[in-house]
Amino acid sequence: MNQSFKSLLGGVLSLTLVACSNDDDDEMMMEPESQAYRIKITNLTHFQPLSPPAAVLHDDSSHWWMIGSAASEALEKMAEGGDASDLLALLPDNTRHAASDVLLPGMSHEFTIETDDMDENRLSLVGMLVNTNDAFSGINGLELGGLQSGQTEVVYTHAYDAGTEMNSEAAGTIPGPADGGEGFNAARDDVTSVVTMHPGVVSADDGLTTSTLSAGEKFDNPTLRIEITAL
Amino acid sequence: MKKTLLALAISAASISAASAQDLTISITNLTHGSHFTPLLVSAHPADSHLFEVGMAASANLQAMAEGGDTSGLITDLNAISADVSDNPAGGLMMPGQTVTFDLMTAMDNSNLSVVAMVLPTNDGFVGLDSMAIPTMAGTYTYYLNAYDAGTEVNDEIINGGGAPGAAGIPADPLGSGGTGATGVTENESNDKIHVHRGVVGDSDASGGFSDLASRVHRWLNPVAKLVIEVK
Repeated sequence: MNQSFKSLLGGVLSLTLVACSNDDDDEMMMEPESQAYRIKITNLTHFQPLSPPAAVLHDDSSHWWMIGSAASEALEKMAEGGDASDLLALLPDNTRHAASDVLLPGMSHEFTIETDDMDENRLSLVGMLVNTNDAFSGINGLELGGLQSGQTEVVYTHAYDAGTEMNSEAAGTIPGPADGGEGFNAARDDVTSVVTMHPGVVSADDGLTTSTLSAGEKFDNPTLRIEITAL
Repeated sequence: MKKTLLALAISAASISAASAQDLTISITNLTHGSHFTPLLVSAHPADSHLFEVGMAASANLQAMAEGGDTSGLITDLNAISADVSDNPAGGLMMPGQTVTFDLMTAMDNSNLSVVAMVLPTNDGFVGLDSMAIPTMAGTYTYYLNAYDAGTEVNDEIINGGGAPGAAGIPADPLGSGGTGATGVTENESNDKIHVHRGVVGDSDASGGFSDLASRVHRWLNPVAKLVIEVK
């Protein structure tokens, strides 16, 4: 819905610009030399700490993931073990932000990201829901170009499944504090081997007696609130 | 935000609701472990509906929701000169799969509906109910939820039962389900179309109360992504 809203808004704005273009006192459009964004991430889950979130600005030529396509190994490392460094390394020259700490449920992380490359007009942002086998959340190439200085856009994110590890919920397979088990493992054994949305965790309290998770680790969409303000 | 969106959508629709349109539509199965039966996508007059939440399902909607049979709904749509895309994916849609197709809409067919059964469920379906198609050129994104037709008990027994009124689930295309379940419930207390409460499932492949796998066949809404490109 957010994107559809934005598209509609874009249409309205462009109509407004057309309407104004006959004004006599048109200002010269100055090509901006840099663009900064203030970004605030809030973890909306009950007990799914988010691995240190990573964000990157990029053009329309790259994706960290695509629904229906197999995850890259870099995405797998982040989704299974919470380490986003390989994802950031895929875009070595891009403007980025890497948080240093886990984002606990109910908490927010705020940062400013600034680019002098006007082609870097999309934002991607990820973190792992660490009390899962391979769930992550974030945004995937959100267009920021329509955001005027001072404007804020709020996006609510879904939880995704990397499709690289079976959601066994077995003891020893989940790196977060609910289990303290294994993170990244290159083996792929998921029932669906492409990135999809995540089905949620079952937990021992909800009938999966072999699960190392409890009802406290259950989550629903949306999982993150992300507020983006163009400065 | 939603009110604004609605207002914009309505004002945009009122500009030229009666015009023919040239659309490219993409639909993605976002689930991790559920298939969609052949999709039915249609543009039709604003006062027509394939389903409405809070209302009882028609016999033809029931046939779609319980067994994936869209032939009756297509007969209904042809009777009102709707534009129909029948089975654009050419069969079942796998988890993560996207199908993209064109839809030319005739004058007065201003609204879009989408339905497909979510398999394996008893009578769950992904749906969009008569949404006004944007008229301004642009790309619009929507997320669709899973509904329950309210016509069949959600017993979660896979027994081939796909005919309207026949108990049970026709099949599990992923092959992750079990057999020999005793049934989750014998009651369906809401016989109107409602948001699906999700499936329960268990981890017993040869018994238990459900033939669905709790770690595979559950989902969290939304279950589908719809992108409409208006040219």
